Amino acid sequence: MSRRRVVITGLGAIAPVGLSVEEAWANIRAGQGGIRPITSFDTSAFSVRFGGTVEGFEVTDYLPSKEARKMDPFIHYGMAAGIQAIRDAGLEGTSDEEGRFGVAIGSGIGGLCTIEKNHALLLESGPRKISPFFVPSSIINMISGNLSIMHGFRGPNIAMVTACTTGTHNIGQAARFIQYGEADVMVAGGAEMASTPLGLGGFAAARALSTRNDDPATASRPWDRDRDGFVLGDGAGVLVLEELEHARSRGARIYAELIGYGMSGDAHHMTQPAEGGEGAVRCMRAALKDAGIAPEDIDYINAHGTSTPAGDKAETEAIKTTFGEHAYKLAVSSTKSMTGHLLGAAGGVEAVFTALSLQDQVAPPTINYATPDPDCDLDYVPNTAREMKLDIALSNSFGFGGTNGTIVMRRFNG
Amino acid sequence: MSNIEERVKKIVVEQLGVKEDEVTTGASFVDDLGADSLDTVELVMALEEEFECEIPDEEAEKITTVQQAIDYINANLG
Repeated sequence: MSRRRVVITGLGAIAPVGLSVEEAWANIRAGQGGIRPITSFDTSAFSVRFGGTVEGFEVTDYLPSKEARKMDPFIHYGMAAGIQAIRDAGLEGTSDEEGRFGVAIGSGIGGLCTIEKNHALLLESGPRKISPFFVPSSIINMISGNLSIMHGFRGPNIAMVTACTTGTHNIGQAARFIQYGEADVMVAGGAEMASTPLGLGGFAAARALSTRNDDPATASRPWDRDRDGFVLGDGAGVLVLEELEHARSRGARIYAELIGYGMSGDAHHMTQPAEGGEGAVRCMRAALKDAGIAPEDIDYINAHGTSTPAGDKAETEAIKTTFGEHAYKLAVSSTKSMTGHLLGAAGGVEAVFTALSLQDQVAPPTINYATPDPDCDLDYVPNTAREMKLDIALSNSFGFGGTNGTIVMRRFNG
Repeated sequence: MSNIEERVKKIVVEQLGVKEDEVTTGASFVDDLGADSLDTVELVMALEEEFECEIPDEEAEKITTVQQAIDYINANLG
């Protein structure tokens, strides 16, 4: 029996580069970044004082204020992107009596804002001041929970947590649920809001972040010789995945087909990539095998490309090992150069951009690329988007703990 | 209308996200104003904050309508 096919029929995004898919994609295509000083708290004592923050977002555009009050900002972003994607797919108001619609939206960290706020209340005023909504407003599966409650989606409801691979893993696993027959529609992706004192301070303490405080706009510079760490970003990216015949039968618009998914574990180090990107190689190979395609079939890679010295080098090496000579022919870019690193949401927004790359036949650029690094010598689509023939694209995510995920999408031609 | 009644109603409006004219003195938080059990816990916390008092849990459980909240405040703080 042939495998059930999975297509992408809805997109949603809240990002530093825009509050909708349309706005975010227009900025990405134009090479316009969204990195700016963090103003939501006093950053003067921090070694890093900027990030990819979300500007101008009004949660009440999506939720009644009474409901929004019971959700951490990461849930607000995830709900907004999820609602956008469901509307985009034309599934709002659909009844799901049979439990065939599911949700899989995770987060790398979860409700840091809410944890910080309630911890402060505990210390200042004692345990009686902890909000009764503290737990349900901060735990990671509450985007999946709240979206299902709002839309009556009674199928699989889950939220996988794998650091910066969260978004990609949730999308890949959700596609598997559809292939396996457990659901016909899955709303899948990731959300994050970690630009809080603890989030910023924690990543800064780990020496993971760029410290280019004098010029935030150029701080995220994947593969550039002068890269010095990633830029913390906020937001959410969500896809509606749908079984092909289900999508066809209701005349849904299809952005792309999700044809492959792979995973691997580095089994190497808490935060550093394995030598030569060995784990990433096995991950990409697993995804290619799952898709049933050859390495030469890949035209474009939306890379993890976080702008860290070690990570960008390892991913470059992994691409060379996986693709051989073809590594120099395919286009590789990092949209994180514009969004910063959205952690658990990264795979979500990058899946959105990858699907749109295939639809529009354009590879987004890696901006801030000024000085080549001899260790990183691939075609990174420097600074300007490129119109090109794109049939099959791949998106990578790698996370702390050595957790890797790759999805493969094909342009949909019916 | 007493000052306490106004303040209680204002908190109910803010906490439960309901319209002012829905908050009649006889309104039940759960049956009439759409609150769930956690909403009522948070509502009592907001009353404690507003009136700078501590409402014991066994007393808080008995406060299920706007009037009961007003009566409690009047009786214990008035």
